[in-house]
Parts: sequence; C-alpha cells; structure tokens
Amino acid sequence: MVSRPHGGRLINRAVTGRRKEALIEEASQLPKVEVTLEMAVDIENIAYGVLSPLEGFLNQEDYLHVLQDMRLSNDTPWTIPITLDVDPEEVAGVEEGDDITLTYLGKPLAIVKVEEIYGWDKKEHASKIYKTLDPAHPGVEETFRRKELFIAGPLDLIGEVPNPYEKYTLRPIETRILFREKGWRSIAAFQTRNAPHRGHEYVQKAALTFVDGLFINPLIGRKKRGDFKDQVILEAYEALIKHYYPKEVVVLAILRTEMRYAGPREAIHHAIMRKNFGCTHFIIGRDHAGVGNYYGPYEAWEIFKEFPDLGITPLFIREAFYCKRCDDMVNEKICPHSDRDRLYMSGTKIRELLSRGESPPEYMMRPEVAEAILRHGSPFIE
Amino acid sequence: MKVTGQTDMNDERKGRYTTVSIPVVLYNKIKELIRDTGFTSVSQYVAYILREVVAAHEEAKMAEPFTEEDKRRIIDRLRKLGYL
Repeated sequence: MVSRPHGGRLINRAVTGRRKEALIEEASQLPKVEVTLEMAVDIENIAYGVLSPLEGFLNQEDYLHVLQDMRLSNDTPWTIPITLDVDPEEVAGVEEGDDITLTYLGKPLAIVKVEEIYGWDKKEHASKIYKTLDPAHPGVEETFRRKELFIAGPLDLIGEVPNPYEKYTLRPIETRILFREKGWRSIAAFQTRNAPHRGHEYVQKAALTFVDGLFINPLIGRKKRGDFKDQVILEAYEALIKHYYPKEVVVLAILRTEMRYAGPREAIHHAIMRKNFGCTHFIIGRDHAGVGNYYGPYEAWEIFKEFPDLGITPLFIREAFYCKRCDDMVNEKICPHSDRDRLYMSGTKIRELLSRGESPPEYMMRPEVAEAILRHGSPFIE
Repeated sequence: MKVTGQTDMNDERKGRYTTVSIPVVLYNKIKELIRDTGFTSVSQYVAYILREVVAAHEEAKMAEPFTEEDKRRIIDRLRKLGYL
C-alpha cells in the first residue's frame, strides 16, 4: 500500500473550473507581490500536495516550532520552514485578513489569505537550519539575502509556473495512482541532484532488491555552480534505465524545488515530500543534502532516529565502491579487502574527466551514461 | 502510563509541554533502559514511544485522496506520457 500523506491528508489547493475564473478576476483587483521562480515552485508544491499538510506558508507559531523542535505546532514532523518573504513596502497597507495576489513573471499565480505578517531573525534561522553562520554556506548566504518579513496564510493556486519538463512532472496524486496501477505496495524513492555513477546504481538496485518499485526523483531547480544541469541529469538517467534497469520496476519523474543544502534537516524534508508522492521507503546515502564539510558524512542517518512517527522508512545504504578482488561493486559492510583494492566513486574526479570531454572509467560510470552527458558541450552549471 | 485525574480526558491543554504521571517504579526502569542509548531523559523516551503509537493508529485511518473520476483522468494522462 502506498504511504499515507504526511499529516493524514493530501492537500489540493489548485483551483479549477468556474471558481478559478472567478478568482483570476478577483486577483486583478488585489494588492500584488511578485515572487521568484523558487517561491513560485514552492507555491505549486503546496497546492498539489507535495508539501502536505501545508496549505500555505508557515505562520509564526509553526515557524518557531520548526526551528526549535523540527515539528509543526501540532507535533507533525517538519524540518525546513516553508515561508514567503516580503519587504515591508511590498505589503504596506495589507492587513491580516486581507487577500493578496502572488504573481510570477507578472501573471497571477495564487491568492493568499493573509493570516499573519511577522518578522524573523536571520541569524537564529541560519544557525538552527544550517547549523552554521558561515556565509560561504549556500543556504546561509540565501537566508541573509531574503526579505525582512514573512507572510502566512492558506493559498489558492490560480496560475501555473512555466515548466520545460512537463513530460517528467508528476503530481503526488498521479504517482499514487501510478503506483497502485502498477501493483506496487512498497516503493523506494531515490533523491538526486547528480547524473548517475555506478555507486548510485548500486544503491538504487540494492534498495530495489527489497521493494516492488523504484522512484527516481531528481531534484530540478536552483542548485550551485558546478552541479549537473537539469537536462543532463534527465538524459543520463534515461540512458541508465534504458540499458541497465528492468523498465517495469522504475519510474523517473522530477521534483521541482531548490536545494537548500541543509544536510540532516533537509534529508527529513526530502523524505516527507517523497512520502507525499506515495513512497514507503526513502534511500539515504552518504552526506545527504550536504555541502562542504558542514555535516558529518552519516549525520543524515542519525536524525531519522528522532522521528519514529515519520511514516516513511529510511533505507540507510552505505557508499559503494569497486573492489578489484571482489571484482564487483560492494560496500564496506560486505567487502573484507583493504583500501588498496578499492576504487572509490569520486564526484570530483568524474566531473573533471567529463569537463575535459573524457568518459570516466567504466567502474565509475556506465559508458552509455557518459555518452549522454558528453553530448552536452557544457554539462555543468556555470 | 496513567493520566492523572478523570477530568483530563476532556481537558484541551495549551502551551508546548504538559505533564503526565507514570508509576515511579516504571520511571526508574525506563531511566535504566535508556542509559547509553542517546535518549537524554525519560520524558524524551516516552514522547518517542507515544509518537510511534499515535502514528500507527493514524496510519490505519487512511482514506483514498481521489475520486474515480480523478483516477480515470489521471490514468489517461499517465498512458499518454508513457508511464503506463
């Protein structure tokens, strides 16, 4: 059975039909706040239930609970605050109880019933969410760039965000029906922001050995310089699935959202979103959602112990490497040999080779995957 | 675990934490049980166990989040996209 939506109910705040027409009309008369692409995508994710049980942006009580306890005020696990930041002048004259229109690229996207407008402490936010105040951390840098106030309240989606990957975009209600139609009772989700190397393949197949289906769910959205471009990730996975996976047990669909690089907290957040897609298991590898050396390599495993009520089972799978003596992809738990025989998957090395137009060795990356990547003259974000 | 007082069943509490009573013997056993486990207090352990129990109860109450019409429309889209 697919998993229960987080908080018990799959949220749907996407308005349709005559009500949508009426709200679009109404939206033109309301005060307007323009949002960024990242915010617009969050709005869609709230409306389509990816962020269930949220029906809008966090109010102050929930926000403070999330910072302090990693839970909403009703005790539901929640680790990353989903907030709408505005400048005071953008909401001058707006009072609690008013409706406002959120626009993206000048077009109405959603109407928010303003329940609360409140200030927040950026230092407190960064130190709790990212466990550092180092401005070199991309999440901290982003925190200090954000505006001074948060607006809270339920939203109604009346527009859409342009999506270059419509073919790969499935809403939680769609994946839930898809998994049922396929007869899958257990589904492992794999979060990624990378083109797949052999280590990723090993981890995914290890999980697939124990579940009915694998949901490969690349994260599409703002990432950092040097990360793979979105289109490259998708084409690389298409190549891997075509040549090395039984097609009937794999679904490839994207998740549009930004990386926050919040390490362990973000690992829980990623698991919650996949639970809403209907997944029963979530694969957690080494240094999940980490960046630099801000988090321990297995810190994201530890945090799951604090959430016995998460409702999705974490699969902790160790980092894979190629062992010359085992003549296979293995991990440290199942390989008795020393480092002399082990060839580790190095993301840095793979990137270096690819950026020179060279295929990584086959123990690191499937040739078909490398070929798909190398078809792009410049596969990395600059 | 025993909640103190009969009126508590109708008592909606406010604030972040509240107190429930358990027998001292049980408290001492739990204190011993959690030694060197990473739990820092009996309260933390009891909250952990109760969250697990509550989550299991809620899991059993799951309802379909979609109608038959939703299902037909979505299956049609999934076929067009090649997922089915």
